[in-house]
Amino acid sequence: MATDSTKLTANGQGAARAAEPGYTRTAIALHWIAALLIVCNLGLGISMINVPLSPLKLRLFLWHKGIGITVFLTASARLLWRVMHPAPPAVPMPVWQRRAVAATHVTLYVLMFAIPLSGWIYSSATGVSVVYLGIAPLPDLVPKDKALAAVLQAVHGTLNFALLLLVCVHAGAALRHQFAHHDGVLPRMLPFLR
Amino acid sequence: MKMLHSFVPSLAVMLMAASGGAGAQGVLIDRSEIRFVAKQAGGGVEGRFRKWKANVDFRPKDPANSKAAFEIELASIDLASEETETEIGRPAWFDTARFPIAKFESTSVRGLGGDRYEIDGRLSMKGITRDVSVPVALRKDSGGNSVAEGQFTVRRLDYKIGEGMWADTSAIADDVVIRIRMVLPPVQ
Repeated sequence: MATDSTKLTANGQGAARAAEPGYTRTAIALHWIAALLIVCNLGLGISMINVPLSPLKLRLFLWHKGIGITVFLTASARLLWRVMHPAPPAVPMPVWQRRAVAATHVTLYVLMFAIPLSGWIYSSATGVSVVYLGIAPLPDLVPKDKALAAVLQAVHGTLNFALLLLVCVHAGAALRHQFAHHDGVLPRMLPFLR
Repeated sequence: MKMLHSFVPSLAVMLMAASGGAGAQGVLIDRSEIRFVAKQAGGGVEGRFRKWKANVDFRPKDPANSKAAFEIELASIDLASEETETEIGRPAWFDTARFPIAKFESTSVRGLGGDRYEIDGRLSMKGITRDVSVPVALRKDSGGNSVAEGQFTVRRLDYKIGEGMWADTSAIADDVVIRIRMVLPPVQ
């Protein structure tokens, strides 16, 4: 299925058979891996803040950073894949909706890069080096600087708040297409719904 | 002994070599540093002390008669966040209410050839004193000051720094690297 639809899209015939084209299996897998990681890390990030300082808290921060860097890597892979395998043509919808979709998707991509980066710089500014998965030491992006750390903490938090909102908009829109419009948008990312 | 420098860095500059024998020096505190790097799950955690006093009488040509003493105000720590700075002062860590000062006093200074020296001494923290050995390299900066740089490793658990749940070295390693940089004005 996925292979067929890739071909259709690649041949430029997708629009003629709007119900058929979907994303490639790789794109779908990467999307859901990113979705899972992002939702987990948003939850972890919000809840770990109030854990009293303890070895557990340090461990939660390590996991948070590890997942965050993985989101960054996943986003890089997705972007690369998407350049090589363009998304299937949009289903018919009003222009404003199409614009909103484009803006949401672009912003989501930007945030998937900007949020891990802001977290990494924030950690550097507090003087805490990041070691990816406990094995790959990452360079400190800025020297230890308390004032900068305070700014980056706010930036990291604000970007995550924006991400949380956009994830809700993104998921809400997908559900609306599925249950209000019945226009086959959601099955493109969830083939088993077909 | 000359004098213990004021905690106010700008005053430190005034003290210096005026009195005393050949090579007697003060430390330019505002250009000097006492930093450290701890390891948390393999990653470095950097910090430094803002307030300390130094009494250094360093004689490159006569190391045997050289001396160095430091007093570090532990509550002046600059660490990752306010939360960690508060935590590190608690009884499980430095216990700054009972032990506000860490002290180092040299017992011998040896020349290792060239611009390298080794300072042996006793480091006291939290009521515990241990021998430490600090290798130091000396160089001149563009202003003619002598810059002594060295680093040594202490095991935090030797000093009971990080007790109870914090004794877990998989969270924070036992080894903590202390890095010092002392800027000494030119010998008169």
